[in-house]
Amino acid sequence: MKSLIDIMELSTAEIDELIETALDIIANPEKYSEKCKGKKLASLFFEPSTRTRLSFEAAMYELGGNVIGFSEANSSSAAKGESVADTARTVSCYADIIAMRHPKEGAPYVASLKASIPVINAGDGGHNHPTQTLADLLTIRKEKGRFDNLTIGVCGDLKFGRTVHSLIGAMSRYSGVRFVLISPEELKVPEYIKTEILDPKGIEYKESASLEAVMPELDILYMTRVQRERFFNEADYIRLKDTYILTAEKLSGAKDDLCIMHPLPRVNEISVNVDDDPRACYFKQVLYGKYMRMALILKLLEEAAK
Amino acid sequence: MIIGQIKDGIVLDHITAGRCMDIYNILKLGEMSSTVAMIKNADSVKMGKKDIIKIFESIEIDLDVLGYIDPGITVNIIRDGELVKRKKLSLPEQVTGVIKCKNPRCITSVEQELPHKFRLTDRENKVYRCIYCESKASSGNNE
Repeated sequence: MKSLIDIMELSTAEIDELIETALDIIANPEKYSEKCKGKKLASLFFEPSTRTRLSFEAAMYELGGNVIGFSEANSSSAAKGESVADTARTVSCYADIIAMRHPKEGAPYVASLKASIPVINAGDGGHNHPTQTLADLLTIRKEKGRFDNLTIGVCGDLKFGRTVHSLIGAMSRYSGVRFVLISPEELKVPEYIKTEILDPKGIEYKESASLEAVMPELDILYMTRVQRERFFNEADYIRLKDTYILTAEKLSGAKDDLCIMHPLPRVNEISVNVDDDPRACYFKQVLYGKYMRMALILKLLEEAAK
Repeated sequence: MIIGQIKDGIVLDHITAGRCMDIYNILKLGEMSSTVAMIKNADSVKMGKKDIIKIFESIEIDLDVLGYIDPGITVNIIRDGELVKRKKLSLPEQVTGVIKCKNPRCITSVEQELPHKFRLTDRENKVYRCIYCESKASSGNNE
């Protein structure tokens, strides 16, 4: 593994290894506080992001490393028309590892082809966001203790929601996993998720337009935001954004050990009165994301040193 | 088909009927100075009707491109009037510069110098996906 562009590049064994490292970081943070001393992370964010950028930067600082970079395309040479490939080559001269977010799909992959240092895809448009999936996987492992025999409900924007697509891909590799796909008609999962992932692996799934109707079945409820930036048409966004709102009342039929997840940021799809419910795991998910990014940075720098 | 008429050259046989002009254009045969013969709607035991292209010169043909456009084609290489090689085509694993990615969110939409490459992801259904954004291409168009 030289770079990480798509979560499916990681085998389940590699994911297990990253999770074990993350768990060890959680248990023994001091052991890792100087692991990246003298190393630099280039944080190249061509579009705004609070959580992911701060998570990567916090991860590198907690490993004893340093961070250089930019947080919007206007303050980078991309504003002058520099190609992603040239940026990647240039940054390779300054840093030891790159975390790249870009509005165009495939940009981090292009960077990984040209950079001489590892590249981590920190989100490319509506395409991939593998470190979010790593955060999701650690959350599931910590909260449920296993990856197999789980009924996972994914709710909201299943059409454009890249985190959902990656999570389905990653979790489809474990036995006994069942998916409940909860969305309005217009935001159903793309057909290829069914024909290329779920059907070939014989994975059980069902589609539902009602969150309440399926709530009692779920071990995990993964909520998503209807993202304004994925719509070309503002009217469609306005019409669909409030379709599913999770409230304490809707949780009345849920299992006691349900794990409620959300990649964040949320707008209003999870009511704040759910935040204090012990089943709400979305802020823990943020913290787990930082630990998985630490584990990933360590792993990629180790591989690069070989 | 009398292949003996060609001394050195190539016969593209079993072209899907009606597609020989597409092949002619994509292989840029119009830019060659040597003789090119096209036969449309020839009788075929196997296919009912087929097209054939005879190229009276030994040239390099991008078999991947040809395989993507019409994987049923047989390529016959003629040297000194003899058939020296017969190649059956199949869908190539990857094609470059044949399909254009039409996803407006793809990096290729803004970085013009990037080669448009597509990878075969489902041989049975002839599904190619852009190597950058994974958009699906179908019969030369992607979704």
